[in-house]
Amino acid sequence: MRRSWSAMRNAAALTVAILAAWQLLYEFAGTYALTAPLATFQYAAGMLATQSFWVHVAETGRAFLAALAISVAGGLLAGFAFGLHRLSGEVAEPMLVALYSIPKITLYPIVLLIFGIGLPAKIAFGAIHGIVPVAIFAMTAVRNVNPVLLKTARVMRLGPWTQVLTVLFPAALPEIFTGIRLGFSLTLIGTLLGEMFGSQRGLGYLLMTAIGLQNIDVIMAVTLMLVIFAASISTVLIVIDRRLHRAA
Amino acid sequence: MKRATAYRLGFIAAAVTALEVLCRAGVIKPLTMPAPSVILGDLVVILGSGKMNGAMAKTLANVAIAIVLSVSAGVVAGAAIHRWRALRDGLEPLFATYYAIPVYAFYPLFIVLFGLGDVPQILIGFMLAVVAVIVNTLNGLDRVPRVLAKTARIYRMGPAEAAFKVTLPYAAPYIFTGVKLAVAYAFIGVVGAEFIMSRTGLGYEINFAFNNFDNAVMYPLILLILAIATALNMSLHAWEIRLLRRRERG
Amino acid sequence: MSEPQVSLRGVTRIFADTGLGAEVHALGPVDLDLAKGEFFAVVGPSGCGKSTLLELIAGLSAATQGTITFEGKPVAGEVPDGVGVVFQEDACFPWLSVEDNIAFGLRRAGLAADESRRRVGHALKLMGLVDFARAYPAQLSGGMRQRVCIARTLVTEPRLILLDEPFGALDQQTRLLMGDELLRLWRDTGATILLITHALDEAAMLADRIGVMSARPGRILDIVETRWPRERDSRIVADPSFGEITGRLWKSLRQESLKTLGKAAPAP
Repeated sequence: MRRSWSAMRNAAALTVAILAAWQLLYEFAGTYALTAPLATFQYAAGMLATQSFWVHVAETGRAFLAALAISVAGGLLAGFAFGLHRLSGEVAEPMLVALYSIPKITLYPIVLLIFGIGLPAKIAFGAIHGIVPVAIFAMTAVRNVNPVLLKTARVMRLGPWTQVLTVLFPAALPEIFTGIRLGFSLTLIGTLLGEMFGSQRGLGYLLMTAIGLQNIDVIMAVTLMLVIFAASISTVLIVIDRRLHRAA
Repeated sequence: MKRATAYRLGFIAAAVTALEVLCRAGVIKPLTMPAPSVILGDLVVILGSGKMNGAMAKTLANVAIAIVLSVSAGVVAGAAIHRWRALRDGLEPLFATYYAIPVYAFYPLFIVLFGLGDVPQILIGFMLAVVAVIVNTLNGLDRVPRVLAKTARIYRMGPAEAAFKVTLPYAAPYIFTGVKLAVAYAFIGVVGAEFIMSRTGLGYEINFAFNNFDNAVMYPLILLILAIATALNMSLHAWEIRLLRRRERG
Repeated sequence: MSEPQVSLRGVTRIFADTGLGAEVHALGPVDLDLAKGEFFAVVGPSGCGKSTLLELIAGLSAATQGTITFEGKPVAGEVPDGVGVVFQEDACFPWLSVEDNIAFGLRRAGLAADESRRRVGHALKLMGLVDFARAYPAQLSGGMRQRVCIARTLVTEPRLILLDEPFGALDQQTRLLMGDELLRLWRDTGATILLITHALDEAAMLADRIGVMSARPGRILDIVETRWPRERDSRIVADPSFGEITGRLWKSLRQESLKTLGKAAPAP
């Protein structure tokens, strides 16, 4: 209990420090470059009250959730397959790692050419960002399950599917979850990036048009909301992640 | 050659061949994607003509600057944060959630602040890379066992000497992991930013070619960037494995 | 003896192409008979194939040559009904409580719920884990986790229990006490026990018969009979024969251990 209190205290102190630095930067850089923290929050609240803003949120949300579902399902499938079949895993691993570290945004034109402009392209782009970490972590998780646990399952004469569902999966879950957590963040980034071009709606689109109009208020408010959203969900996922790892 | 490597090369060769066949047969239309052999040919032409040299130089230069900045700032910051427990505890939530935050969301802000030049792109690359360096530097310094500090004292080394001759060499392989990540992230950041909005660089050229339906330029450039990124990351990864192998048993 | 419960004839295990180039002749040929209800220990230098032997008898891997039978039926790569195994490493499922871990052993048995509960309760009492039923393995000491694994094996009421250096990670006193518990369980359940151990005193103190294995490829060099009474515990170490038995074991084993020491570390 003490640990979570001190963690919250740290987060609070950090937030205060960031807000203070922000305010100072604003004083220094002037109104044409930034908006002050309070003003930004107020503007964001104002945006949240408008109908049109929620249309954009819904657009991004739709794409994001679909991409996330694909990332997690596809990643787990691939991860388990590569984890259970040694040779495939060995063959695939360097390729997955390479996919993880390339600037995937360069693939975006290809995605657009295949899917055309619109929702499917955004979903595809979000999915290619998220599926790789889920797969890599699931693969490593399955591989690293202590062999003695699987031997125990065999001694109990459990069928192969029962072994996978009741022993392999729970044993690998902590590491799999870390992959899902990363997949979540990366899918969000991918979906937003996808929306920054070739889209008529969505938060990414909002940001891009705001640049053209030099609309600082919108840029800062949307960025703020995105950061808060991403950071809060990420924190929740981290807490779950830590709980899972501690039980293991 | 190991069995897995052979299978991998075989798989890649088969995939490229399949692509080639599908493109030539017209199943994949040339407007969507030209055949791999055509892409390769176009790439040779582009490199030969030197048309893209400016863009290549610009991108690589910006990436290099981002790497140098993030690694130097990251290692120094990591070392400083490692000394002050309070600072480290305070920053911990930031580091934990950092990579969840869509850093590209700050790009529009940077453009407005600094104008559409090199600075926003380098800044994005820097922002993506620096935290990886800090986190891995912290990890490396954490791993230095206390007994080494005691050994340094027995040799009557001052703090700077101990840092250079004992701590840093010990932590080096783990810090290198951070450097490896920094290179990948700087690349992703700079190229991504160029692509979103910029006036120069390979990312910009790809976007431009895309908007002009110029597959003869777009695809070869995509291939070029992917090839450079992969070559860079793979060699650093191989180096990292070698460094870490010296530290682990068998 | 009457029909042996476990029978090995010419059993050999060769691992093909471990990636280090050559194949590894890990075990055999081994001929061995285990009588129903006896306590048999196996000692031998490290790397001699003791664990391999155990896995073959359990049906976790298949012999390259030779035959293994359990209760008259051949064993080949599949675990037969009625066999329980306690491994050297901690095999508790970290995501389940002690109680659920033990109950997990009954998954295949298809028992009625109250019979299940009865057996689990009995095992908890037998292994002194009643107070820890809701605890999780991470909260327990190494010795207690091993007790959970033993309990999990016991609930299936196996007729043959194989233990692979189960007390290896424990300190000496705990080992001696666990040895006493093992003897008590042996008498209560009437199961046949095969214990792999590197500790000669443990083997000498616990077993009816002890098989001494040679260095790799492991073969049975000698079988020592202790002729202890069935009602025994660790205080048997005071018996004059105890010294003779350990002496005899070490005499055979010392040669083999020197051979192992001279070689490079065995392939994992």
